[in-house]
Amino acid sequence: MPESYKLPPPGQERFLAPIDETPLEETGTLDTSSPPESQWKEAWKDLRRNWLFWVSAAMILLVLVVVIAPGLFTDLDPNRADLSKSLDPSSSGHIAGYDKQGYDVFARMIYGARASVLVGLLTTILVVVLGIATGAVAGFYGGWLDSLISRVADVFFAIPLLLGALVMLSVINNRFPDRGEFGAIIAVVTALGLFGWPQITRIARGQVLQVKNMEFIDAARAIGATKRSNLLRHVIPNSLPPVIVTATVSLGIYIVAEATLSFLGIGLPFGVVSWGNDISAAQNQIRSGQRIGVLFWPAGALAFTALGFILLGDAVSDALNPKRRSE
Amino acid sequence: MTTPVHEIPVLEIKDLQVAFRAGKKLIPAVRGASLMVYPGQTVAIVGESGSGKSTTAHAVIDLLPGTGVITGGQILFEGRDIAGAKKSDILALRGSSIGLVPQDPMTNLNPLWRVGTQIKEALVANDIATGKDADRRVVELLEEAGLPDAESRARQFPHEFSGGMRQRALIAMGLAARPKLLIADEPTSALDVTVQKQILDHLDSLTDELGVAVLLITHDLGLAAERADHLVVMYKGQVVESGPAREILQDPRHPYTKRLVSSAPSLASQRLSSERARIQIKEQAVQTAAEIAEEVATHDDEFGEGQQTVVEAKGLTKDFVLRGGRPGSSTAFRAVDDVSFKLARGTTTAIVGESGSGKSTVARMVLGLLDATSGTVEFDGVDIMTLSSKKQQLALRRQMQPVFQNPYASLDPLYSIYRSIEEPLRTHHIGTDKERETRIRDLLDKVSLPAAVMRRFPNELSGGQRQRVAIARALALEPEVVILDEAVSALDVLVQAQILNLLNDLQAELGLSYLFITHDLAVVRQIADNVLVMQNGKVVETSTVSTVFDSPREEYTRRLLDAIPGGSIPLAT
Repeated sequence: MPESYKLPPPGQERFLAPIDETPLEETGTLDTSSPPESQWKEAWKDLRRNWLFWVSAAMILLVLVVVIAPGLFTDLDPNRADLSKSLDPSSSGHIAGYDKQGYDVFARMIYGARASVLVGLLTTILVVVLGIATGAVAGFYGGWLDSLISRVADVFFAIPLLLGALVMLSVINNRFPDRGEFGAIIAVVTALGLFGWPQITRIARGQVLQVKNMEFIDAARAIGATKRSNLLRHVIPNSLPPVIVTATVSLGIYIVAEATLSFLGIGLPFGVVSWGNDISAAQNQIRSGQRIGVLFWPAGALAFTALGFILLGDAVSDALNPKRRSE
Repeated sequence: MTTPVHEIPVLEIKDLQVAFRAGKKLIPAVRGASLMVYPGQTVAIVGESGSGKSTTAHAVIDLLPGTGVITGGQILFEGRDIAGAKKSDILALRGSSIGLVPQDPMTNLNPLWRVGTQIKEALVANDIATGKDADRRVVELLEEAGLPDAESRARQFPHEFSGGMRQRALIAMGLAARPKLLIADEPTSALDVTVQKQILDHLDSLTDELGVAVLLITHDLGLAAERADHLVVMYKGQVVESGPAREILQDPRHPYTKRLVSSAPSLASQRLSSERARIQIKEQAVQTAAEIAEEVATHDDEFGEGQQTVVEAKGLTKDFVLRGGRPGSSTAFRAVDDVSFKLARGTTTAIVGESGSGKSTVARMVLGLLDATSGTVEFDGVDIMTLSSKKQQLALRRQMQPVFQNPYASLDPLYSIYRSIEEPLRTHHIGTDKERETRIRDLLDKVSLPAAVMRRFPNELSGGQRQRVAIARALALEPEVVILDEAVSALDVLVQAQILNLLNDLQAELGLSYLFITHDLAVVRQIADNVLVMQNGKVVETSTVSTVFDSPREEYTRRLLDAIPGGSIPLAT
């Protein structure tokens, strides 16, 4: 500290702000201007401000209404074929016309939603339940259990989803050739779920590894909480956000995967009304060049639904962004 | 450091207004701040987090976060207004005329690039040197920043550097282009005190030598007063007081500055409660414990009688197994080596040391969260590691509770404050719902929080409030011992002072015994009775607080004491 200048240089003289203009507040007062808000509530508030959420929610809502009450949109029977009307263009009451077999294209698109959405929904539930259970156990308990689960997950992860499901389904087809509509859906769900769970396992495991080292886990241990209650009460709930985001996006992807399998003729049997089957049936129209429109209806519905879920996943991901949550 | 009186200031900030955009609203962050920095001078901006000190500094180099905008005022750099200047003009200034030493050395170096390459980038970007010349210059700069063996260090990656070394590398980078002004934004708050002192000493001598003006941003008034010629105190976005550093410290006029001066741990010198009160607390605690012990003597799961010593560690040792160079091979790393101490009932024992000294590992072993490799921890004469039954372990949990360092991580973000404090009661099946609620209100009152906090969530509370909640949770089971693991280290000085006062009051009221883990000797003086100084896993000095401060035996302890910023400045009282 120099003693050379007794007087500070210009602009650095002693300055004191008027005290009444800079009132002092109590340190650490509680801001009660807004009602209490949990993280989920806050994320929900964020979500509601996002137009992407409203667009995707509207799309999904429309699809769900179609699934639950197809009768609202058409009173035609999707399983009634009239070969005499094969490939007839649209006419009144039949806006999409008829396909090669003489089915009403629009009615089939409406009724096809049920199988597609059901497969997507059930597969996602299966994958999330399996993934969280395995991922949480592997990440939380560690050791040989972790090695075992992680290696098994790696093996399944290495097999491409569609290829694995293809093989799996052909095995099921051979063993249970007659399994009905619901049985067919369960078979596709099983096949997709079997090769889809490692993705969630990995995400859940990573998240659990992060959460389990946080101080509130130690605090709970010091209270005397058992490992299991710690896992169920603290670790898993705090690991959910990224799992939810992935699950939302993958719902759309599983719907597409089902359609792909059905298109290849190995997913849902032809007796089941589904977008994949209809796209498969309509592919001949591309080759012949006749009435390509038949293809666009189920394909458009498929794209619309998948897009809805993928957009929702995007919006949810923004709302649950862990970076935003940290402070 | 002689400053010619009549010169143009390097930096002049006039009535600066900065706001952050939130939706369509503008939230003011800096309101009419003015300050001047003369060539070769060190000017410090002091304030708590949220005071606008960093925002002011970042406005100078146009590094405000995306939503920040300058809404008024002028920033004159060598007489030229740069507040509204074009992006390209500011880019030309950045690095070459104004250097920056950022806050966190851990995240401000690219982990994939060699340290030398990153400094070279600064040279090349500012057209100082290229090719071989630049390589040579990098080594010189690193040497200048005080890194030994600079030539090989330049070829290393950031992960091979310690925190202090990284900060030196960042200083080398900030000074690479010989700027006229260096902005140092909390340059050492992430470092240990001893490293902090070394770095600041070095920065001081280097900037003196080069004639670089320094704008130092810090929350530590002691540090600012020690290093700066001129102090600017900011509070809620406004400059509340400024002037020559020593004058401000010895004669603070604004109530906020007064509060800062009285709270700074480095400047305070006394135990918060008097010697006589301390003895009373201790006797009371021993007596109460004896009474309780008599009452429950018939229970076999309770712990022994009210002895003087509540916790005793004997020869605690912990080895961690590190993976070796080849698969399957491993080496042992001794984190804690033969640590023994006694915690007397109703008193506070502090364990002090730098990061990596093993102090937190000791705390975790005492808590029973980590198994010791060898040695024992006795609670009221009972070895906690021999407790086998669930019932006994739960009984121990009720006696010993922790409060951790990071107020942002020590509460489950998904739990309301009510649920967080209720958790220990629920786990131990204490009381009915109604009784628990009364108890929680009571606990919140004890830690001076309004009952309205109950329904809130951790993300809505400030750091200090969360730490109060963590203390309330620790007290829910009416423990005898509370283990405070760096419990105040992450808090602003003012909040820190509040929490320390609270801890002291609670100790007097409830007869608690504290094991206080910290890296900050200044805080120790305010709260502890006895001190354990740890270095590299070993205890190097054990004694009472006054002995350590008045006549430290060990060289290492002396170094820790010297490192307390502002300790040498006399206060007018």
